[in-house]
Amino acid sequence: MTLTGWGRYARYPAPLSQPAPGDLASALAGGPVIARGAGRSYGDAAISLRRTVGTGRLNRMIAFDEAEGLLVAESGVTLGEIVEVFLPRGWFPMVTPGTKTVTLGGAIASDVHGKNHHRDGAFRASVAWFDLLGPDGTTQRCSGQENAELFDWTLGGMGLTGIVTRAAIRLRRVESGWIRQTTLPCADLDAVMRAFDTHASATYSVAWIDCLARGPHRGRALLMLGEHAGRAEIGARAPFPPARRTRTLPVDLPSGLLNGWTARAFNAAYWRRGKAAAGSRLVDWDGFFYPLDAILGWNRAYGRKGFVQFQCALPDAGARVGLSALLDAIARSGTGSFLAVLKRMGVAEGAFSFPMKGYTLALDFPATRRALQLIDRLDRIVLDHGGRFYLAKDARMTAETLHAADPRAARLREMRARSGLSDAFRSVQSERLAL
Amino acid sequence: MSRSVLILGAHSAIAMATARRFAAEGWTLHLALRGPSRLQADRDDIAIRLGVEVTLHDYNALDPDAIDEVMADLPALPDVVVCAVGLLGEQETAQRDADFATLILRSNFEGPALHLERLAGRFEARGSGRIVGVSSVAGERGRASNYVYGAAKSGFTAFLSGLRNRLHGTGVGVTTVLPGFVDTPMVAGRDLPPALTAQPEDVARAIFAAVEAERDVIYVKRRWRWIMAVVRALPEPVFKRTRF
Ligand SMILES: Cc1cc2nc3c(=O)[nH]c(=O)nc-3n(C[C@H](O)[C@H](O)[C@H](O)COP(=O)(O)OP(=O)(O)OC[C@H]3O[C@@H](n4cnc5c(N)ncnc54)[C@H](O)[C@@H]3O)c2cc1C
Ligand SMILES: NC(=O)c1ccc[n+]([C@@H]2O[C@H](COP(=O)([O-])OP(=O)(O)OC[C@H]3O[C@@H](n4cnc5c(N)ncnc54)[C@H](OP(=O)(O)O)[C@@H]3O)[C@@H](O)[C@H]2O)c1
Repeated sequence: MTLTGWGRYARYPAPLSQPAPGDLASALAGGPVIARGAGRSYGDAAISLRRTVGTGRLNRMIAFDEAEGLLVAESGVTLGEIVEVFLPRGWFPMVTPGTKTVTLGGAIASDVHGKNHHRDGAFRASVAWFDLLGPDGTTQRCSGQENAELFDWTLGGMGLTGIVTRAAIRLRRVESGWIRQTTLPCADLDAVMRAFDTHASATYSVAWIDCLARGPHRGRALLMLGEHAGRAEIGARAPFPPARRTRTLPVDLPSGLLNGWTARAFNAAYWRRGKAAAGSRLVDWDGFFYPLDAILGWNRAYGRKGFVQFQCALPDAGARVGLSALLDAIARSGTGSFLAVLKRMGVAEGAFSFPMKGYTLALDFPATRRALQLIDRLDRIVLDHGGRFYLAKDARMTAETLHAADPRAARLREMRARSGLSDAFRSVQSERLAL
Repeated sequence: MSRSVLILGAHSAIAMATARRFAAEGWTLHLALRGPSRLQADRDDIAIRLGVEVTLHDYNALDPDAIDEVMADLPALPDVVVCAVGLLGEQETAQRDADFATLILRSNFEGPALHLERLAGRFEARGSGRIVGVSSVAGERGRASNYVYGAAKSGFTAFLSGLRNRLHGTGVGVTTVLPGFVDTPMVAGRDLPPALTAQPEDVARAIFAAVEAERDVIYVKRRWRWIMAVVRALPEPVFKRTRF
């Protein structure tokens, strides 16, 4: 069987098993494994050449406490299932990434962030506890109080501390499934950075940025803010609309279709449309949080060669200069990204979680030689400005780059060696990055 | 009040998919199986996701009193019963080992038939209800590869047909389900032709629709109806030479 990340860039012949919950411990015997949830990480984080253990059959919800909004579920349950079950009862995940297809295990292992990171923190803020299957085949309850060190490393630990079997997460109360979205066009990078700060109290904020605009337009962006709409605001709309209908991209598009030219045209058109639609309106939850989920298999739009994501975080101190340098390098290369997303981040937490106080920029590129060379240059710029990289998106970074950017990587490696984890849990990514 | 379904042999993949299908339509579930604690987590999951009542009952199809004990446990006579109990078993072992052959015959035929007869009596007295028996296309004609199982299913199919005939006009209906290949642990590791293989969810959907439409006999994938018509029509001198 062939496994790839969501970017379909590197492909590996790798056996994938989907053990029943009761057979999980025995799946660990006999050498290193790595857990795999929905496979929405872009690179090789959820792939082991020896044994990849899927959580597809760990798909049951175990308990729900209505008073606290506390859900206990097995780790293969997805955020989409949680929304489907609990939104009609007035609950929504506290933190969600840009796709609802991710599993609880994947959300924990990447300590994913959402459009509310600046206010509410990363996924860890919603995690009360989880059970972690360790190298000896026994399960330990981990929380802020119990096995706190393991709890901390596992959130953001990319599956390298064990397999999360079940987790308890807190949901947030919402009055409706509608979001009041406000779109603010920002003429350049300075303008969008200022706007993020002006609107720091918004619950959700994220900017799409035209990474191909140059000169005075460099960094022009559409800042999108969102608030959960109350009952009084939604008029006669159904309070909890269901998920949007999905369509499937049935075939790979030709590999060269998404290139510098089409990216430039797309970005310019997106900017014009966004500017015209500026202002406030009500959007359903699926359209606001998960626009890409509407097209199943959209990753095939990049064709058979696949694509790579690049996502970095830059600290406040280096952010403006660093972002300018990144945008210049991209615009100069002409290798455009269709979706460039800029987001303000709140305080850093955790032993190995990605977010840091400052900004994060995410881009995707077709996996061409030119784009890969460009990304090597972007790595350098991030290093020079004190930033770091998001492993959930990475498929190609070198160990040298990671360890130069992030001294915590060496501590994770040391902790793994000390705790007997290095020989039990390994991914293609952890081997590439010397974790 | 919501309607209720009793599912016998509930641990089977087909049975669980059927349970979820009924629960999604708001039905109360009574799940009967050997070792009911095995379904505790699924019970909780269904209850949380679909907000229906789910009860678990210890049940062995080979124990003559088991069905009465389950019935005594239930708050009310269910509206529908689905029997998914079955045992495929290795044909070659069954040829050698009479005890094993007996187990196959009893698990697929005797146990389910006797229990459904008791339920039929209760349904008849009430004047309503539907009995769904999961049999198999293997019962349509005996083949070298599984004729002990096939013979038992054949008996079960005949039993259901007779029961339907007897109950006609009483308000009680009987549905015979004849799945072709279904992708379940029962057949794990066998090479099944994808075009002829249903998912447990397909069977579940077909069963629910058959209950709603009060159908007599259903094949899950349409083409099985034609395939089995041909298989039945082959003259014996030809059929005995075939290997499939
Ligand atoms: C369209 C799209 C938008 C996205 N937007 C965002 C975003 O806004 N913010 C963000 O933070 N991320 C985002 N992501 C990335 C995504 O949220 C993460 O990659 C997430 O980890 C994927 O979860 P998964 O279930 O698919 O895990 P996988 O991709 O299968 O695995 C990811 C990692 O989690 C580990 N893992 C999985 N299950 C377990 C388990 N049970 N126990 C231990 N380890 C486990 C794996 O070993 C691997 O290291 C996005 C991805 C896509 C495709
Ligand atoms: N899979 C196919 O391709 C296929 C095709 C045609 C028909 N069918 C029929 O569909 C039904 C469901 O089968 P399946 O594929 O889902 O396989 P399965 O999981 O093997 O289901 C059979 C179920 O019957 C139960 N059972 C057997 N003997 C029992 C007994 N004495 N008391 C109580 N329960 C008993 C088993 O319970 P335990 O878990 O306790 O063993 C098991 O849950 C069966 O009748 C089968 O013959 C299947």
